[in-house]
Amino acid sequence: MSTRELSLDDRLGLDKYEIDEEHSHIQVDQSLCLRCQLRPCLTVCPAAVYVAVDGEIVARYENCLECGTCQIACDTGGQGGITWNPPQGGFGIVFRYG
Amino acid sequence: MEKFDAIVVGAGPAGATAAYLLAQAGMQVVVIERGATPGSKNVSGALLFSQIYNELFPNFWESAPVERAIVGHSIAFLGQETSVTLDYRDLDPTHTPHNAYSVLRACFDPWMAQQAEDAGAMLLPGYTVERLLVENGRVTGIHAGGDDLLADVVVVAEGTRSQLLKQAGLRDDFYAGDVSIGVKEVIALPEEIITNRFQCLTADEGVAYTCVGHTGGVEGGGFLYTNKETLSVGVVVKIDALYKSQRQPHEILDEFKSHPFINRLVHGGKVVEYSAQAIHRGGVHLIPQLYGDGYVVVGSAARLLLNNVMTLRGMDVAVASAAAAAKAILAAREKGDYSRASLAAYEQFFKQTDVYQDMVTFKETYALLENKRLFNVYPDLISGVMDDMFSVKARPGKKAYRALRDNMHDELTLWQMLKDMAQIGRGLVR
Repeated sequence: MSTRELSLDDRLGLDKYEIDEEHSHIQVDQSLCLRCQLRPCLTVCPAAVYVAVDGEIVARYENCLECGTCQIACDTGGQGGITWNPPQGGFGIVFRYG
Repeated sequence: MEKFDAIVVGAGPAGATAAYLLAQAGMQVVVIERGATPGSKNVSGALLFSQIYNELFPNFWESAPVERAIVGHSIAFLGQETSVTLDYRDLDPTHTPHNAYSVLRACFDPWMAQQAEDAGAMLLPGYTVERLLVENGRVTGIHAGGDDLLADVVVVAEGTRSQLLKQAGLRDDFYAGDVSIGVKEVIALPEEIITNRFQCLTADEGVAYTCVGHTGGVEGGGFLYTNKETLSVGVVVKIDALYKSQRQPHEILDEFKSHPFINRLVHGGKVVEYSAQAIHRGGVHLIPQLYGDGYVVVGSAARLLLNNVMTLRGMDVAVASAAAAAKAILAAREKGDYSRASLAAYEQFFKQTDVYQDMVTFKETYALLENKRLFNVYPDLISGVMDDMFSVKARPGKKAYRALRDNMHDELTLWQMLKDMAQIGRGLVR
């Protein structure tokens, strides 16, 4: 049995989340993203939370691993369109191994 | 309104250590943790280097949930279809504490937090601190769960992102080249298979691999650590190099895992968790302002990490900084003065630690890790030379220098290599 055929979705499916159905902890300012050539968020997120849909950046926040990479990449390599705040207490990723 | 002696934001190793030491000295301490349990938001490799932990919690490995004692450290250069490995083994691994233990943060962090609670600290899990309360430049408390909580001093142990400091205008922006992303899988294998595969005598012994090469040409490296019944396998790459490469983190992890060297070690395993964490690259020149009126910053929130290629140390550096901060806070309590000037003692205490000295010693490593050839050229070069030296082929053999020159192809000039050797020398040798 090899471990290399797992898709990203397969991997995310292994993780445990307490999803906050009402609030996204990620805000995206489309006006800034429109000016962004590089769009580093589409590359660096280990959960591919950010996807381009009809030219807009959509954040599938429920998949977020809360690593902090998007904010740093967006602030330096992008236009600062991402505002990431920690999910409300108890919500979000729940690592069982860590 | 409720007022505490100290509020600690975050129950990771830094926060738990500060809370433990302050509570032990009789201060009224509350620790606020956004995870439902400590460790549930935390990811490390994770190797825990024992020295500092053993000073604080003597014989911790006997009661703490550590996975395996690390009795072997290896560095592996991964060429295209080859590997060159340098193994260090302690062949009489009976003396304790061992240099390092592998841990899983979701299991280990609750133990750390429990030590703080046993010392009298109050733990509030499941609350996200929304902002620091700042009055005239002085941090007076925090806002969480709809309430203001006040304290004489706030210990900011919020981790890599240090969102609260950013919001409060108390830190500079990060540059993506100074931060890496670690992506990791935990892979389950039967305990006995791990013990045998890694040539360990018992299930309490384990090994750690640091790997260079085969990370998609992106500056960084890979690691593989043995836990009891799992392996922790991951890559750590620079964030700016990653977005310039246009490759996604999991693809780099796939490439690393697909290397025959790694593939054989994880063979038959089942991935049970996928995780990621931004990691400051560390470096003495990146240490920010560590204190101010009414607050101190400890651990990853203060970008305190140590990477000397051989090891990547976060948790023990975090603990050392928290212990220095706690010492300064206790001195400040004596004076009844939690001002910036009073808490400045934290920096002095931290600079006296071995950890800080190590950061100074390895300060040139930062530049070394910017050198792309370390990741793109040398792993194949070393493999090529070894191949020429070991192999008997249908052509005359070569001595080392000839083998080296032949393997340099057009990718490297002798002058460039000499400069790189000098850089490696400055970083790691002398």
